[in-house]
Amino acid sequence: MAYSDKVIDHYEHPRNVGVLDKGAANIGTGMVGAPACGDVMRLQIQVNEQGVIEDAKFKTYGCGSAIASSSLLTEWVKGRTLDEAREIKNSEIAEELALPPVKIHCSVLAEDAIKAAIADYQSKQGA
Amino acid sequence: MLDFSRSYFELFGMSAGFLVDIPELARRYRELQKVVHPDRFAAAGQATQRLSLQSATLVNEAYDTLKDPLKRAQYLLRLRGVELDAQHHTLNDPDFLMQQMALREALAEVLQATDARARLDALMQDIGNLIETQVARLAVQLEESGAEQLEAAVQSVQKMQFLNKLHAEAEALEADLEDAC
Repeated sequence: MAYSDKVIDHYEHPRNVGVLDKGAANIGTGMVGAPACGDVMRLQIQVNEQGVIEDAKFKTYGCGSAIASSSLLTEWVKGRTLDEAREIKNSEIAEELALPPVKIHCSVLAEDAIKAAIADYQSKQGA
Repeated sequence: MLDFSRSYFELFGMSAGFLVDIPELARRYRELQKVVHPDRFAAAGQATQRLSLQSATLVNEAYDTLKDPLKRAQYLLRLRGVELDAQHHTLNDPDFLMQQMALREALAEVLQATDARARLDALMQDIGNLIETQVARLAVQLEESGAEQLEAAVQSVQKMQFLNKLHAEAEALEADLEDAC
């Protein structure tokens, strides 16, 4: 199966690969995994006092589409508020990367990851 | 020739359950293969030949499914009406996923290490232990009925899928290391 140019670009030059301090109060961590393919994804956001995501990092072990989906998502969420980031739909990711139907679940995984990261951040704030 | 409506367990004359006597399964598999093998029907009519081929395929499928713990567990869940629509299922167990991530990271670091072989061996040992633990859990969960145990079994199957993938990655790395030597 042929990957789109955008997927290949993100796969070969992934943006924002790395790790943020999981224990810090202003960091939210989302861990997700797809049992069908065994892919695991960690997506982290750093949120400032205004509720804006000022940094995002990810690490994904999986196929090119899963890596590209999470890489693209970290680019998109930077500078957005939590509410805006939560509104990002997997279909937008799939469309931007021109993912074929069998790879749509990779974009779903990325959407789950950002939602989990936001939930983790908010549970820390509430605690 | 064969009754295609029977379950894989019935085909081998075994009771449906996660605990399977593997040597006995292998013995019955060879027996069945002898009975249905297309070579025996070379002189028979086309319909019989086709039936023989279909039977041999079914026996192979059944054997492949029952001898492998993960496939056997997935099959048992299917028999109980659980559709493992894995594509859109995200495992909701952060601690387990964190561990998977750590193991993947450790695996990725093996190639840069000077003691790559020893590190890989240790990791494969860890992965093997985790798989064994999960298989043991499945054995308990699948022996029980009840919705709670069934849900737990689905989770265990999902974890097995991650562990098998991890194991496959480790084996690929092992092959790379051997090529490099």
